[in-house]
Amino acid sequence: MALSLKKKGRGNPSRATRRNATRTKKAAATEIVETADRKAGYKNQSWMDTDTVYLPNAEFAYDDKLGLPGEYPFTRGIHSNMYLGRLWTMRQFAGFGSASETNERFKYLLSHGETGLSVAFDYPTLYGYDTDDPHSEGEYGKCGVAVSSMEDMTALFNGIPLDRVSTSMTINGPASIIWAMYLGAAESRGFHKSMLRGTIQNDVLKEYIAQKSFIFPPAPSMRLVIDTFEYGMRNVPRWNTISISGYHIREAGSTAVQELAFTLADGFEYVRQGMERGMDPNLFVPQLSFFFNAHNDFFEEIAKYRAARRIWAREMKETFGLTNERALKLRFHTQTAGCTLTAEQPENNIVRVTMQAMAAVLGGTQSLHTNSLDEALALPTEKAVRTALRTQQVIAYESGIPNVVDPLGGSYYLEWLTDEMEERAYRIFDEIALYGGVIGAIEKGYFQKAITESAYRYQKDVDRRERIIVGVNEFTTDEPLDIPILRLDPKGRDKQIARLRKLRRTRDRAKYDAALDRLRKTAEGESNTMPAILDAVKANATLGEVTGVLREVFGEYREQRII
Amino acid sequence: MARKIRVLIAKPGLDGHDRGAKVVARALRDAGMEVIYTGLHQSPEMIVQTAMQEDVDAIGLSSLSGAHDVLFPRVMELVHKNKMKVLVTAGGIIPEEDVPTLKKCGIAAVFGPGTPIEDIVKFHKERLKAKH
Repeated sequence: MALSLKKKGRGNPSRATRRNATRTKKAAATEIVETADRKAGYKNQSWMDTDTVYLPNAEFAYDDKLGLPGEYPFTRGIHSNMYLGRLWTMRQFAGFGSASETNERFKYLLSHGETGLSVAFDYPTLYGYDTDDPHSEGEYGKCGVAVSSMEDMTALFNGIPLDRVSTSMTINGPASIIWAMYLGAAESRGFHKSMLRGTIQNDVLKEYIAQKSFIFPPAPSMRLVIDTFEYGMRNVPRWNTISISGYHIREAGSTAVQELAFTLADGFEYVRQGMERGMDPNLFVPQLSFFFNAHNDFFEEIAKYRAARRIWAREMKETFGLTNERALKLRFHTQTAGCTLTAEQPENNIVRVTMQAMAAVLGGTQSLHTNSLDEALALPTEKAVRTALRTQQVIAYESGIPNVVDPLGGSYYLEWLTDEMEERAYRIFDEIALYGGVIGAIEKGYFQKAITESAYRYQKDVDRRERIIVGVNEFTTDEPLDIPILRLDPKGRDKQIARLRKLRRTRDRAKYDAALDRLRKTAEGESNTMPAILDAVKANATLGEVTGVLREVFGEYREQRII
Repeated sequence: MARKIRVLIAKPGLDGHDRGAKVVARALRDAGMEVIYTGLHQSPEMIVQTAMQEDVDAIGLSSLSGAHDVLFPRVMELVHKNKMKVLVTAGGIIPEEDVPTLKKCGIAAVFGPGTPIEDIVKFHKERLKAKH
């Protein structure tokens, strides 16, 4: 029996609808009447055609495609009991001004029920510059906290029980240096490396692709990353040595499918390079984690997370030959999409964030950041951050969503969409292979061009009002903005510089010289850089000084300009 | 025939968020202007120097990191010092209350998130009509 459609005022059923109708063997007689003012053939955020309704597919191979939650290929989640065992970690990305100001924000968040920490560093720190470097002009403490030394890192976590709270740090170019500062600061307070839990983002490939806070060229950058894998595997076993990130790729304008494919392709590249170092992937891959975006299209996002788990498990097992089940499980953090926040009618952002957070939870995330309503305007205020955290708590404790494992599994639409995203991701993997892999594709600007194209196409859709953004191109008001803005301590930068100069004056010069000398020799050679970096930061070498040595040895990366 | 409007799209400071800058660059180009994009990590000095070398009619400054309050006025200082006749606009994450200060130092318009691209195109065409 065929699917019959009746439409008011519009032509034939879309091609996609007819395709689905012929594909569907067991179709019930369904009559759908479309209202005249909505366009047929809705396109999701990846410009995929979707059908009007989805029906059972008798050919669907449940065991192969889904399996039980907690079982290969982990489409339905990595735990058999999912959130019944433990809720996701509520981890709000935070950081501004000085280490002590951010420390207060951390304590505020923990006191309101946050369960993990996540550090935002300022731009100078992300590029490995000290606060008093000329490059840091105008950027101190603005996009995050300024951390120029192990002393700053110690102040950042003052009074926080590092054996009980896990810490995620969004740091990439100088990730190994910042990690060393954290390990050193923790050690000085008596916390042994083996008990520390947390994540360094450390995903330099996506810096070249999208986020753009790169420092060194790809080859030495990858060496530093693999050094952390090796060091973490041996010394900090409970730490995620990388968070392979699609978040920034998506924020830069990619589609959901591109986010999925580019991120997993980066993941494969890290595994390959780790194996080239001679490490056993069954041992280092379990410490690799992921980070995805949660954008507006609810089901598309959920399908993306499910497809990601399935592809990763399959590729790790079948292509890379891994046998350790922990290495097959894709674990990920999610952040709601900053780029969907509107400056207009900012209160509406609470609603967007709620939907996005629900998608992340229904998609089986391990950890979640919810954006604050005021982030299209400035850094979030305490109150805005609290509302964002409360959003997670309402989902966790009031919605009932976490009480059943993978409640959307088996949805006709969702399973179709998951398959479709997987298929499209594989097509992108093939394209990347034509460039000789991820690094070749970066050097030839493949990713950058693809993302720029998608971003522009999206903006044109919005400008033509083919995509409606509530409060922006429809349902607008003229009322003036009335929300408070967070302001930084105007003397903060001067105080930070004074602390830094005092540190440079008072440190043990001989120890410092010896440590930097050892670091330079190590960088020029081939052995693991982590121990020498750790020595340097413990000798109170600053971030800028340590990165400076590495800049001299490795050189700097300049990207080609693509518009 | 009048020459095309020439615009420099610039990213001052360390901010790496280039989505908006690139979308605006593409849109101005599609509207028939000649667009030069500085790429990332430009100092105010580098931006003004490029603007002079390229003899542009307009500069678009983009920052989402919050450094606009220091870096944009610095660009304007150099623009005035070099007596450049150039239309300077800005975009990015810029709190409403910072806009008057930026305008006072000579920035003609601040385009926040959600600005239709068409508005930016129109603004440039209208303001630069006399010259072209």
